[in-house]
Amino acid sequence: MTDNAPDTTPDQPAPRVDRTIPADPTLARLAGEFGQVVFVSETDGDVAHVPAADVPAFAAALLAVGYDVFVDLCGVDYLRRKPRYEVVINLLSYTRRRRMRIRVGVDGADPQMPSISSVFPGANYYERETYDLFGIAFTGHPDLTRILLPDDWEGHPLRKDYSVGSVPVQFKGAHKAS
Amino acid sequence: MSDTPNVVTGDLEAPTIDAPSQSDQSSSESTDTRRRLHDVWVSGTEEPEWVRQSTDEGAQELLPETEEPGLDAQRGVLVTDDYVVDDSINDEERQVINMGPQHPSTHGVLRLQLELEGETIRRVKPIIGYLHTGMEKTAETLTWLQGPTNVTRMDYLSPFHNELGYSLAVERLLGVDVPPRAEAIRVLMTELNRVSSHLLFLATQGMDIGAVSMMIYGWRERELVLRFFEDVTGLRMNHNYIRPGGVAADLPDGWEDTVEQLLVDVPAGVAEYEELLNDNPIFQDRTLGVGVITPDECKAFGVTGPNARASGIDWDLRKVFPYSGIEHYDFEVPLGKHGDVFDRYYIRVREIEQSLGIVRQVMETMPAGDYRTEDRKVTPPPRKRIDESMEALIHHFKIFTEGFKVPAGEVYQAVESPRGELGMYIVSEGGAKPWRVHVRGPSFAHVQALPAMMTDSLVADTIATLASTDPVLGDVDR
Repeated sequence: MTDNAPDTTPDQPAPRVDRTIPADPTLARLAGEFGQVVFVSETDGDVAHVPAADVPAFAAALLAVGYDVFVDLCGVDYLRRKPRYEVVINLLSYTRRRRMRIRVGVDGADPQMPSISSVFPGANYYERETYDLFGIAFTGHPDLTRILLPDDWEGHPLRKDYSVGSVPVQFKGAHKAS
Repeated sequence: MSDTPNVVTGDLEAPTIDAPSQSDQSSSESTDTRRRLHDVWVSGTEEPEWVRQSTDEGAQELLPETEEPGLDAQRGVLVTDDYVVDDSINDEERQVINMGPQHPSTHGVLRLQLELEGETIRRVKPIIGYLHTGMEKTAETLTWLQGPTNVTRMDYLSPFHNELGYSLAVERLLGVDVPPRAEAIRVLMTELNRVSSHLLFLATQGMDIGAVSMMIYGWRERELVLRFFEDVTGLRMNHNYIRPGGVAADLPDGWEDTVEQLLVDVPAGVAEYEELLNDNPIFQDRTLGVGVITPDECKAFGVTGPNARASGIDWDLRKVFPYSGIEHYDFEVPLGKHGDVFDRYYIRVREIEQSLGIVRQVMETMPAGDYRTEDRKVTPPPRKRIDESMEALIHHFKIFTEGFKVPAGEVYQAVESPRGELGMYIVSEGGAKPWRVHVRGPSFAHVQALPAMMTDSLVADTIATLASTDPVLGDVDR
């Protein structure tokens, strides 16, 4: 099942996203405040590419302008990209009727980023889940422990280099014994 | 282990361990971490080391209160803790009890660690993961067409919504449009699914509160709906019916008659439930003002769907971000005011009525035409063509073995499931299989918000509150 041959494919840079000033005046003001943030508009919302260090401040700024509903937080492992991981945060504004997706690149060597659970308490479990399945550490999280897997589990299964079927389970290979 | 004479190794009939051969054996095994079959320890005596180890909660332990960064940080700044320490209650009356994971009222395998002070819940920690089967990882090994088979098993009480969310996301990446009949069939099935899910909610909610007859009534009407699902899809649950590009098959002959009968039978059943519960003083005592969650807490914790609407949040994805042509049908969004258990119950009763209204409209305006897209990229060629054309045969074979490729990109698509916002975040790298499928299950957020609802309430209200949020653990753990 597992392919043990060393993979020598070089790391690809993440696709370039051109910086545009959003049409929405509030978001345009935010774009001015956060010089590093790149906005992209979609049909039912906006996407913001945010550097990891700016995430709590940017989330707090979004909360202040009405993006007050915490929807989702998840990780993606791009494996061959640099930065390797991406944490995707979904926020929603009931008053503006817009979604906001925050994409955060997280380095592969020592994956960590600041926690937003002090801004959005709902992020607490989602950050634990992302830590559990991807091994991305959220600094400042009040209780960063495994949530879905047992506490003594080794590895982080949703990483792309964690292959399916690599964990020995009870009765594995039992059909071959006879 | 020889210095703890209360430990009995071996059989119960010989409670002494004076025999040197036995004590030698136990001391040689003391470093062995394997589970021992016949270790017995006499109750009331000091616990041996291995007993303490086996009851250790590890990382899931409630944090020590002195080191805990405060309830505000744990539960969020928006949650106000109105708990007043009663000096007359000493530490001995504070105890931590476990509810679950095996418990009939947890709707699956959810475990709650409750810290009680007398009969008041001081703190709650939901512990999940007992049903985790790595379905998001599995999704990465299935082709785009096999995907619905997987996601339909996540929230097993609303399988059509899972399939719909997945299919809509894939279609958005593909840029494929779905014919009107397929959209209408999707609306028909998902709204009936909302009815069946809410009926199950009424059944379990009633039973958890003590109205055991509700259990029987709720399942009775739900079975009628599931029988229609079986007619259409072949299965009562886990249908794999809604797929990228349309639906798997057209509706069977005479489906209107079955739906017509449903539109008579289900409202009659619901009227019966309302007569049984609404004015029932016991039901009211157990539900009114219990397990309250405020709109601010709903937003902060990501509580959506009927649970948020019971707190008065006017938000329904079918109205705001309509999908699958749902905007063509008239329906209202019922809203609660108090955010308590009763409102969460009553909202769902009203939603059943609205969904049945949509079903009637769909039935009356069902367009003719194809039930899946004509786009040959995702739809196999018709059966007849396969007999005539080698290319069609190869095409058919390729779609079902290699699968079709989806352009690279990422998309977040949400649908309004019976429990709330069911989001699918799908990343494609241009291959025949998804790169990443993340499912934002509404129940996950609801379980997370349980402490906000339960803290400072009575221990007897735990079950009522838990049942009222309608969690599906398959959706929580995935």
